[in-house]
Amino acid sequence: MEALLGLAQGFAVALQPMNLFWCFVGVFLGTVIGVLPGLGPAATIAMLLPLTYSMPPTSAVIMLAGIYYGAKYGGSTTAILLNVPGESASVVTCLDGYQMARKGRGGAALGIAAISSFVAGTVGVVGLMLLAPPLAKFALTFSSPEYFALMSLGLAMVVLLAGASMIKALLAMLVGLWIASMGIDLFSDASRFTFGTTHLLDGIDFVIVAIGVFALGEVLGNMEKRGQGTLLPVPKGLRNLLPTMAELKACRFAFVNGSVIGFIIGVLPGAGSTIASFISYGVEKAVSRHPEKFGTGVPEGVAAPEGANNSETGGSLVPLLTLGIPGSGTTAILLAAFILWGLRPGPLMIQDNPELFWGLVASMYVGNVMLLVLNLPLIPLFAQILKIRDYLLYPIIFGISLIGVYTVSGSLFDCAMLAVFGLLGYLMRRLDYPSAPLILGLVLGDSMERALRQSLMMSSGDLSILVSRPISATMLILAVVLLFLPLFRKANTWRIKALEENG
Amino acid sequence: MTQSTYNKGDVISGAVLAALGVYIITEARNWSFTSSEGPGPAFFPIWYGVAMVVLSLLLVAGSVLRPSVNKGTAPTNWQGIGRALTVWAAFAASVALLNVIGFLMSFALLTLFIMVVMYGRPLKQSVIAAVGNAVGFYLVFVLALGLSLPVGPLGF
Repeated sequence: MEALLGLAQGFAVALQPMNLFWCFVGVFLGTVIGVLPGLGPAATIAMLLPLTYSMPPTSAVIMLAGIYYGAKYGGSTTAILLNVPGESASVVTCLDGYQMARKGRGGAALGIAAISSFVAGTVGVVGLMLLAPPLAKFALTFSSPEYFALMSLGLAMVVLLAGASMIKALLAMLVGLWIASMGIDLFSDASRFTFGTTHLLDGIDFVIVAIGVFALGEVLGNMEKRGQGTLLPVPKGLRNLLPTMAELKACRFAFVNGSVIGFIIGVLPGAGSTIASFISYGVEKAVSRHPEKFGTGVPEGVAAPEGANNSETGGSLVPLLTLGIPGSGTTAILLAAFILWGLRPGPLMIQDNPELFWGLVASMYVGNVMLLVLNLPLIPLFAQILKIRDYLLYPIIFGISLIGVYTVSGSLFDCAMLAVFGLLGYLMRRLDYPSAPLILGLVLGDSMERALRQSLMMSSGDLSILVSRPISATMLILAVVLLFLPLFRKANTWRIKALEENG
Repeated sequence: MTQSTYNKGDVISGAVLAALGVYIITEARNWSFTSSEGPGPAFFPIWYGVAMVVLSLLLVAGSVLRPSVNKGTAPTNWQGIGRALTVWAAFAASVALLNVIGFLMSFALLTLFIMVVMYGRPLKQSVIAAVGNAVGFYLVFVLALGLSLPVGPLGF
């Protein structure tokens, strides 16, 4: 009942013309960058974040969230038509989607992807709406030790699933923690790691690192290769995009499977939409009557991963909005955005900012409808975006990145730091260091240090406070188990296999 | 062709990170670790500094002791790396030029460089794109959004 009242209030916010407009801008931009291979939602949100400073926070959140879930719709287009995943989460969609396109059913594959994204995306929002308020109430009992343990658990999950080498993921996270502690200490007046320059007294702005590592790192990585893939012909006309009844019937279980698995994986930090799409594809194949046909172009092989990918959005917003703990690079940037606007996601967010929380939830219902309407008839148009040449696109990304950083502070020193972090992002890609743990370490570093030091103040320096409280002890034990899991050969083989099949 | 026996990237990056860890610990030793009020500013950095040294040494040791795990991986694409680093250097140069010639000029030059040098596009087409980019950015960011960008001696 409470949720329904909240939702009604949310629709009153989301349906205001201004918010409808920003929702549209968000899902449209999201679809466009989802279509463009090599430019992900994390990079786009980071680049556009500084431009939202002057907007009302609710409109800004609605737009940035629109980019987040819109990109997932767009990502499937390149996967199906080009066999190039626009986003890492679309890797699995390539398997059957591209095969369908080669058989001349590309239109139907795109249609199924859009319908499945709509169904599962909506289920994900319903899940968010129902799960977030009780979880927030539960989290109100948390104190510093629980928060420290929760953040440790979140980081452990991200590290476990970030890449083949856990040592590299851990190191990336530690570098993030180090960058987070630059500047004046929270509790004393000690200035830490400032290299003797006053520019670093306030620390390094999150936006600079995010844009550098995600946007510039991605473009520099793409610069290594010059060619572009060949595009399969884009089907024209709405009729060719509609799947047949038989195809839809084959997908019924996949819609449910994708929705549920995507949401559950989304709630868990670290796993993310790539893992969600992979698992739901695996489940779909396991329960299928004709598993041998998977990979040859079966519609349910498109519906399940695309659904999971979109349902994951709603799930991933649960820990972000109720606990203030992001589970991926993109949600970490959303968290930074909230903090920049002076909002602190956490258990009190729904109570303190109901119009923002419920407005966002309602806007996601609206956004999903917009995406369905946009995507079905406009897929041929969006596919044209693929014809934009790299040499036109990349300078524009450099320009927007630079403006994004310059508008934060008006400081040329920050622009120079952007170049430094761009190089770091590229080198991390080259040397196989995952970037998500670095960004999460950076975003959570301050809060984690604060929680740890406050806990120890509560206990007069006794570390056992972290393990003597049941909730915090459970979470810390889980975190340790996760980190030591790969030492067991069988578990590690499973982990690497999962990551490899993810591409 | 046999691959080198260990992954040079891992060894070098591991060594750099170990050095960073040592730097963090050395710096943190200048601040108090604990005080009467609880942990001091050095408390957290010492922990992650030590973790960084241990993990990076494990990374180096792992790649030296367990050589040639890379089963038939493609040889390093030095040409590609050169391309990426050249573009990075051009970007860094355009940042350095911001307060000399202003954002729009420096952005147009970067576009020109990427198109002509990196992609071998015809000069005329590249000049049109570079000017178009600069004008487009001026219209969107300066006129429409009212942002102030670094200006050069010509006032734009």
